[in-house]
Amino acid sequence: MYARWVLTALLVWPAVAAVAILIAPPRWAKHLGFVASLIEFAIAVPLWWTFVPSGGMQFVCDAPWIQVPLFGTGAPWSIHYTVGVDGISLFMVLLTTLLVPLSVLGSYSYITTRERAYYALLLVLTSGMIGVFVALDLFLFYVMWEVMLIPMYFIIGVWGGDSRLYAAIKFFIYTMFGSLLMLVAILALVYLVGQRTGIFSFDYFHLMRNLGDLGPLAFWLFAAFFLAFAIKVPMFPFHTWLPDAHVEAPTAGSVILAGILLKMGTYGFLRFAVPFFPAVALAPPVETAIVALSLVGILYGGLVAMVQPDFKKLIAYSSVAHLGFVMLGIWALTLQSVQGALLVMINHGISTGALFFLVGMIYERRHSRLIAAYGGIARVVPLFAAILTFVSLSSIGLPGTNGFVGEFLVLVGAFRTHPVAAGIAATGVIVAAAYLLWALQRVIFNPLDKPENEKLPDLTPRELAVLLPLVACIVWIGVYPKPILDRMEPAARQFIESVRPPGPTATAIAP
Amino acid sequence: MILDLSSSRDLLLALLPELVLTAWSLVLLLLIAWRHRTAADLRLAGCVTLAALASTAGAVWWLWWHAARAAPTPLAAMIAVDDFRFVTDWLFLGAAALTVLLSFNYLEREQLLIPEYHALIVFATLGMMLMGGGDDLIVVFLGLELLSVSVYVLAGINRKSAAGAEAAFKYFLLGAFASGFLLYGIALVYGATGTTGLRAIAAQVGAGAGGGGGGGTMLAIGLALLLIGFGFKVAAVPFHMWVPDVYDGSPTPVTAYMASGVKAAAFAALFRVLGEAFSAVAAWHEIVWWLAVATMVVGNLIALAQRAVKRMLAYSSVAHAGYLLVAVAAGPGPGSAAFLFYLVAYTLMTLGAFALLAAKGRQGERDVLIDDLAGLATRHPWLAFALAVCMLSLLGFPGTAGFIGKWYILAAATSAGQGGLAAALVLTSVISAGYYLPVIMAMYMKPEPSAEAHVGMRLGRLGYAVVTVCVAGLLFFGVRPNRLLDLARTGGVAGPPAPEAIPAAPAVSAAHAPTAR
Repeated sequence: MYARWVLTALLVWPAVAAVAILIAPPRWAKHLGFVASLIEFAIAVPLWWTFVPSGGMQFVCDAPWIQVPLFGTGAPWSIHYTVGVDGISLFMVLLTTLLVPLSVLGSYSYITTRERAYYALLLVLTSGMIGVFVALDLFLFYVMWEVMLIPMYFIIGVWGGDSRLYAAIKFFIYTMFGSLLMLVAILALVYLVGQRTGIFSFDYFHLMRNLGDLGPLAFWLFAAFFLAFAIKVPMFPFHTWLPDAHVEAPTAGSVILAGILLKMGTYGFLRFAVPFFPAVALAPPVETAIVALSLVGILYGGLVAMVQPDFKKLIAYSSVAHLGFVMLGIWALTLQSVQGALLVMINHGISTGALFFLVGMIYERRHSRLIAAYGGIARVVPLFAAILTFVSLSSIGLPGTNGFVGEFLVLVGAFRTHPVAAGIAATGVIVAAAYLLWALQRVIFNPLDKPENEKLPDLTPRELAVLLPLVACIVWIGVYPKPILDRMEPAARQFIESVRPPGPTATAIAP
Repeated sequence: MILDLSSSRDLLLALLPELVLTAWSLVLLLLIAWRHRTAADLRLAGCVTLAALASTAGAVWWLWWHAARAAPTPLAAMIAVDDFRFVTDWLFLGAAALTVLLSFNYLEREQLLIPEYHALIVFATLGMMLMGGGDDLIVVFLGLELLSVSVYVLAGINRKSAAGAEAAFKYFLLGAFASGFLLYGIALVYGATGTTGLRAIAAQVGAGAGGGGGGGTMLAIGLALLLIGFGFKVAAVPFHMWVPDVYDGSPTPVTAYMASGVKAAAFAALFRVLGEAFSAVAAWHEIVWWLAVATMVVGNLIALAQRAVKRMLAYSSVAHAGYLLVAVAAGPGPGSAAFLFYLVAYTLMTLGAFALLAAKGRQGERDVLIDDLAGLATRHPWLAFALAVCMLSLLGFPGTAGFIGKWYILAAATSAGQGGLAAALVLTSVISAGYYLPVIMAMYMKPEPSAEAHVGMRLGRLGYAVVTVCVAGLLFFGVRPNRLLDLARTGGVAGPPAPEAIPAAPAVSAAHAPTAR
């Protein structure tokens, strides 16, 4: 019962709750939103225990959706509602359901206009995000991928900062550009496989099994998938929507953007782009280019973050750097590096989410995101300063925090296959330390020289309730990541094997 | 039910929908001759029109239910009896009915107490049905003329408006010109093949009678002229110049009718002529390919620069003509079903958008800028929601029928080996986000300029009904398109005679309701 319906419940419940919020009186909106997202979390939590690490796809639910023999052949094009999770998507689902209630709680005082619409959109967004991570039918995946755009577009465009309209439309058009090409690639894939097997199906495993050799077309199909996911990640030359969207979005929007939406790109690589077209993805020129772009992302993101006067923009660029580690980890293709990449995905959601919350909290007090507007506030708001320091250290990757485990695994794993790249990436950690510590120094240390900052109130219990779960996760993953690694290991292993058949691995990786 | 079109009884049966509508149009003319002064008369004429459209849809349904087919006769038939005709008939009748519903309020508000308006709509619809069902170039041409003449008058029905006169005149001049091209094309095709019957032409072309020496060139020139003529009617680039001014100057319900029904009829005729008569001629594929690309690119790029909602929608309809041309280029097999589905979705979203625009505007709506919609969401949340759904559907966003339609066209194009066209379609769709989204942005994200900004906005009960039908249809077919896809597929075999196209009808019987109503 639970196994069959849990994912559907996770998909449907937020949408239902969103409708309820729209109907209920406005003053209930935020409380309803919080309760609904907590229930969503409660539905998801048992996944942690019921999930069998070695079980492959689990909690599968499958029902026909659209089945029409489209073109003369008589064979139906079958589109199913198929959902399921494995060791990769499980954590994305858990992360989503964890971050959403915190985002709702974190928006209590930030959002003061059109509350009903805001919380309803946040919940619809949750449905879309869960849908992306659990969809096992490419049509469903595409629909969810696009559906989640609209609520985010509204959240940025209605409740965002000063140049929110520009940021919203840029975000929308960039994402849509990539995803529409992906749609064409999906259709071509289904058609090619259908011609060969006589079954025109969007089913993920059907396509995986029957792809075979696509010849030169494979490169273009991969390119279409790559573009869609690389824009979402975002990889280096496609990242320009990100600073705008992150900075203009309201706090919860930034948290969800950074925490979850960016992971959809890397998730897409892990689930679709690389397993579908391993020959292309691992062809030397493509591989070199992607590894190089990841490195550029790590260093460029870090260096640009260093010179940002705006704290929120600094965090936005740090995301580019962190996601560079994920891409490097995926392409290094060793068990450690892929597990590390998955872990960085989770960690980035937690740490960067917490950083965005913290910036949002101080912004609510002082109405400035500029680093220069602060200084020495550790004396005024010690609790805030302590948590900011702690979270920053985890984002840097200090041993004992979650950030260390993820990046360390990526570097160790990558060192076996791409020693030079791993060496360059390691300097990215140093850059991260530089920009975050320097920012910390300017914000919470230094002399307290601005009179406006002398009366800042410290964190409220509600804000602590938002931050403490994240802090707990930081410590937990930093100290004892084994339960997580155990659950993701078979999936990571399977990913590597699906890309590179097990036989020659050992010899192939030694250059 | 097999109809032998050489016997007059069966021919009359095959023409039943057209005959019903013609009879009604005579009743309507008679009625108008006696009562044509007050608003009540206008309403009466409107109700009679609705009854006419409904009973005609019933006649079409009767033929469809009995799976009527023409017996293969040696004589060239004048009218086709196939599902393609029935489905397009429902589409035209549905578009006409929604337009009439939309007009009740509009005509009274603009003081256009002219009951002939409804008679012209009926005549235009009759013309469309002949275009969608004509199996002979002459019938297609007659239908086109009947349609065009009625719509010329409709465009200028507001005699007090200079813009309306300009629109009617421009439309008339260019439309007459296009008809000339078309007629000359028909003459040349007749010269090359010795017939105007579509199937007979196909047989001649297939047998190589039109080929060889001068005949081949003559046929090619004739086909090119036909394409130019239809290109004008469907507003393909570079024959689109009349669109913005005509759409802009006509009364909004007429614009809605032109953008949905008239365009659909021209496309249906184009599709039938190309698919049925000329599928063996390779030349048009390339021409349509370029027409499609040019139409999508130019339509979308110019729409991007528009500030007025009506002009933006006019250019967006040009862009959508490009998407439909992609389906035409995909060929009769896979293309026609995609084409039919997209026509339905397109009709719903265009009518919905224009209905909402009609509610917002005053005096011809020339002046409703996109920014004038600012803050609509706070004042009229449901209208804003409906317009947002229409915009997202025009954009081809998942969850709406526009997406399924675009997806279907993409699938048809990829399976026809037209990957390049599919890529062009999606890239230009991205451009279209640049002008559909600002409408949503204005409504939801910009503050109301003043408290009175949206005071005059009234849709009326019937207008609400139209918008509700459109939005509900868009959302329903966006999530559950199965039945409509099935209908489009069985109806979509307008190519060379395909015997397998006799469907198991009963299972699909409920599917056509939204378009037929």
